[in-house]
Amino acid sequence: MLDWISANPRIFWTAVENHLWLSGVALLAVMLIALPLGLALTRHRSLANSAIAIVNILRTVPSLALLVIMLPVLGTGFLPSVVALTLYGLPALLLNTYTGLTEVDRDIVEAARGQGLSDVQVMTRIEIPLALPVIFAGIRTAAVQVVSAATLAAFIGGGGLGELITAGMANFNFPQLIAGAVAVALLALLVEIGFASVERVMTRSARMGA
Amino acid sequence: MIRLENVSKLFAGIARAAVDSLDLSVPEGRTCVLIGPSGCGKTTTMRMVNRLIEPSSGRIIVEGEDVTQADPVLLRRRIGYVIQQVGLFPHMTIAENVATVPKLLGWPAEKIRSRSEEMLALVGLEPAQFLSRYPRHLSGGQRQRVGVARALAADPPVMLMDEPFGAVDPVVRGRLQEEFVAILRRLKKTVIFVTHDIDEAIRMGDVVAIMKDGRLVQYDTPDRLLAAPADAFVADFVGADAALRRLSLVSAADAVEEGAPESSDLRLPASANLRNVLSALLTEGRDGATIVDDESRPLGRITLAAIRARSAGRPAEP
Repeated sequence: MLDWISANPRIFWTAVENHLWLSGVALLAVMLIALPLGLALTRHRSLANSAIAIVNILRTVPSLALLVIMLPVLGTGFLPSVVALTLYGLPALLLNTYTGLTEVDRDIVEAARGQGLSDVQVMTRIEIPLALPVIFAGIRTAAVQVVSAATLAAFIGGGGLGELITAGMANFNFPQLIAGAVAVALLALLVEIGFASVERVMTRSARMGA
Repeated sequence: MIRLENVSKLFAGIARAAVDSLDLSVPEGRTCVLIGPSGCGKTTTMRMVNRLIEPSSGRIIVEGEDVTQADPVLLRRRIGYVIQQVGLFPHMTIAENVATVPKLLGWPAEKIRSRSEEMLALVGLEPAQFLSRYPRHLSGGQRQRVGVARALAADPPVMLMDEPFGAVDPVVRGRLQEEFVAILRRLKKTVIFVTHDIDEAIRMGDVVAIMKDGRLVQYDTPDRLLAAPADAFVADFVGADAALRRLSLVSAADAVEEGAPESSDLRLPASANLRNVLSALLTEGRDGATIVDDESRPLGRITLAAIRARSAGRPAEP
């Protein structure tokens, strides 16, 4: 496997780079959509239930199916892959954002309003800081999901480490296949560990002085 | 002063008004306790004063201003607010919690700090020890003290207190009631205090408003409420112990009569109330007690006969 990598450094590192771009852009899109949407849903509880039902359905669609469904709609390549990955990572963060915010103790919110904090101040000073650990856990879950699922982008020409795997399979090139598979696994693990440690630092500082 | 004029609140989908054409006036510097069974509208009434609930009709005047026309957010910064669950912000220190409203009002940092220290000392917490702690490090009673300090921080003329001692144990509750009655009187705050505990009501209130089904049933001093309940509902609510509760409103110091100590007398401190005195006399099987001051000097006597006569007496007109 290492032999294959040292023999084909350009192919390998391009695949890694593509993979990171795919996941990074998708994760960014997930955050840009899920955070404000989750926040908005807490202000419109009547919409929240149906929105969550839709998101839960989305969650049961297998990642490969999602990618293939994108094919006739958006064609092949980088962008359709990003769209599919965004849809794939969205539920985890949306649900955590919504749950984190709704689980903030109502008495604390009531006290804040009673002291004369405006709606925006209640949100920025009380609700979001208190929901942050749950929201961040959602970002971490979404990141790991997106990095893993990005492997499948190869099926619709999105590039990434999945290409090493599909090409390795097609050509019975096992060192190439293993290189792709191990790299994806390592990448997912790194993302998980990285986000987990950031989360630990955050919770420690938010642990309210304990 | 707080005045409610013909205030009603109807909630969507509920035919009966939660609060029904209520008129209520709390004089400047006095504490009015709203009491009644759950669902009587007492909490709704209180929450309309700081517009956490919007009244359906009527006027609410706070310090001369019709608050139904005011900006609710700015209004709430002028009204202290304490709730049973305290609702301290867990991610902020005690100092930051107490400074909430002064900070919203844009006070300079130096003034905020000295005010926070002053407030903690006022509610009996050592500032140096508590300012930098977080709420989770405090006991229930200490949190409630901080809750009151936070509500008092910007020196609002008016306070709303919703069962503020409901979540602490009875011993701590008794002590907090005693301390906060003294603080609120000294600071001359106009207070609306909600409770479902009649003993708390007569202890905290200058006036007590008993509510039922969104209406005011009786509005009177604690003594008159106990001595002359307006109807069967009030009589039932103040309970079979009304006579004893009434005695607890009178301190021994106020009830002493001239008379030389007798050898069979109990000796009781002037800080006792008549209920304590009666209980002690019955327990010891005596007919009278000599009431003494802090230095054990006799102030006079209280006899069983005198207690009985007082109990039968009419309450003072308000």
